[in-house]
Amino acid sequence: MKTFLKFALTLALVFSFTHGYAAESLNGAGATFPYPVYSAWAFDYNKVTGIRLNYQSIGSGGGIRQITERTVDFGASDAPLRPEQLNKDRLLQFPAVVGGVVPVVNLPGVKDGQLKLDSDAVCKIYLGEIRKWDDPRIKALNPQIKLPNSDITVVHRSDGSGTTAIFTNYLSGICPAWKSKVGAGTSVNWPAGIGGKGNEGVSNYTKRTAASIGYVEFAYAQQNKLVYVLLKNPAGNFVEPSFKTFEDAAATANFNPKEDFNLWLVNAPGKNSWPIAGATFILLAKEKTASNKKVTVFFDWAFKNGDRKAQELIYVPLPAALKDKVRGYWKTNGL
Amino acid sequence: MARTAKKNPVDMSFSFITAVASFSVIVFIIGILYVLISESSLAIGKFGVIKFVTSTDWDPVKESFGALTNIYGTVVTTIFSLIISIPVAIGIAIFVTEISPNFLKGPIGVAIELLAAIPSIIYGMWGLFTLSPIMSNHVEPFLKKIFGSVPLIGILFQGTPMGIDILTASVILSIMIIPFTASISRDSFDLTPAVVKESAYAIGATKWEVVKNVVIPYSKLGVFGGVVLSLGRAIGETMAVAFVLGNNHRITTSLLDAAATITVTLANEFAEADKDIYLSALFYLALVLFVMSFITLAMAKFFLIRAERKYSR
Repeated sequence: MKTFLKFALTLALVFSFTHGYAAESLNGAGATFPYPVYSAWAFDYNKVTGIRLNYQSIGSGGGIRQITERTVDFGASDAPLRPEQLNKDRLLQFPAVVGGVVPVVNLPGVKDGQLKLDSDAVCKIYLGEIRKWDDPRIKALNPQIKLPNSDITVVHRSDGSGTTAIFTNYLSGICPAWKSKVGAGTSVNWPAGIGGKGNEGVSNYTKRTAASIGYVEFAYAQQNKLVYVLLKNPAGNFVEPSFKTFEDAAATANFNPKEDFNLWLVNAPGKNSWPIAGATFILLAKEKTASNKKVTVFFDWAFKNGDRKAQELIYVPLPAALKDKVRGYWKTNGL
Repeated sequence: MARTAKKNPVDMSFSFITAVASFSVIVFIIGILYVLISESSLAIGKFGVIKFVTSTDWDPVKESFGALTNIYGTVVTTIFSLIISIPVAIGIAIFVTEISPNFLKGPIGVAIELLAAIPSIIYGMWGLFTLSPIMSNHVEPFLKKIFGSVPLIGILFQGTPMGIDILTASVILSIMIIPFTASISRDSFDLTPAVVKESAYAIGATKWEVVKNVVIPYSKLGVFGGVVLSLGRAIGETMAVAFVLGNNHRITTSLLDAAATITVTLANEFAEADKDIYLSALFYLALVLFVMSFITLAMAKFFLIRAERKYSR
């Protein structure tokens, strides 16, 4: 009897603990891209408030499904959902942090930021129409560089990813031929090139293959010391990928709270905007007001205190004006 | 038999537990099949069966899906991995059982079994960072130079050697499945009665003749079983090839081109499949793989049973 009592007591204790946890924890799932910054914020937030935030990086598609089925408190997606779909599934959506995609090259003698490309050149290279590095269309942009007469090896992602979605949206936005032939999505039917799995796959192949071009997340380009290119933005300036140019893109793009911030952050109109950026989004279930409140309190805290942490991890915090727009969006939705 | 009649409670519960364990397998299989079919019903309805398995389209943006490129990639990588692995594995088994001095048998046996214990993701990363550069810089240019201009075989070695291709994937797969073929072949070779071998030696047969005419005929069923086991593994292997195959949805004739297998497509695209029809098409692919594995196993069983019959006569 005594042992039974002990056993029951232990069980009760264990359950009360787990119950206590359940009240003080938030569960999210989705995009892999923002995982490092969300978990860093969650770690700091837990130290301050004692609230635990579990984020499972299962991919944007999985995040959308899980919040649609209401199995998590919030979902995360690299791709913005359209207002119609949000209405249909009764979801709310707001941006949390910004990242950028950077074309990187491996050309003998070409260093960081030396090669200049415009949208037409990038598009034609990825369409397989520009096949050689000394093509007149590239030469015209780079009169000062001696370009080799070698075949361009195009590297793209082999797996479905938000990075590809951002990159193909950029191409679709500036290049009608791309839009009609290939289109935009997490994985597309690539007309040219070889596929590497993940950012690590693409950066590995680009580093290893002479005369290649690939595209990776900004953080990967920095950490792996890949040679980035300068891109011509819609305002007509050649810009280099940096916190400043990403922030400029986020600040000048027209994020509209009335349309649930549904916007691909590509080809932003700003003078110094990097043309291939992307916000990553948080999805909430409209009717779960109580848990939504907790999620927005967390992100409000992160907006106030998390900028430095985000930059350390090479993410771009939202510009102040956009943060206020997001807070206004919470308010109009009763959070 | 007499004991079961007594209905000893321990015996009864024991047989009950074993029966439950066995039937649970059937329940799982039916459950998996059910989930695959119900999840892929959307794609089955849209593309049908014949159209899906004969279409080479795989375009998530235009929502047009077909499995042929994936089936092709699966079959080709499996066949080439078997072509590479079977001779090596049987060579290992012959050396260990018939030729090697006793003190070497232990270490080689352990090494083979260790090879089987390495997780496939390790093979994948090793393939990406180590094997793929070696293949693209040394092995593939060499093969291309030798075979590239030979008629017929030359078709297999066209294109720029990138190291992300059917050949690299097949090499990794073959390294992964060698332990299965090798250790089962070794065990079957060991089962050859010493008397038979010694008789052969006694009438003046050389080692080669003993292996060729006594050991291999005696144990060919076991070897075949080992090959089937590795075949199953090669068809379903995912992570080891996901990094080095490029997930290219095209049918290519060259071994130096990227391709896609069913498992590689699933591993690459499942997490970010954002449309219902896309996800459903991926489940449909999984169903196709399920059926393919089933057919392979059934065919293997059929040959095994026939061979066994012939053998026992």
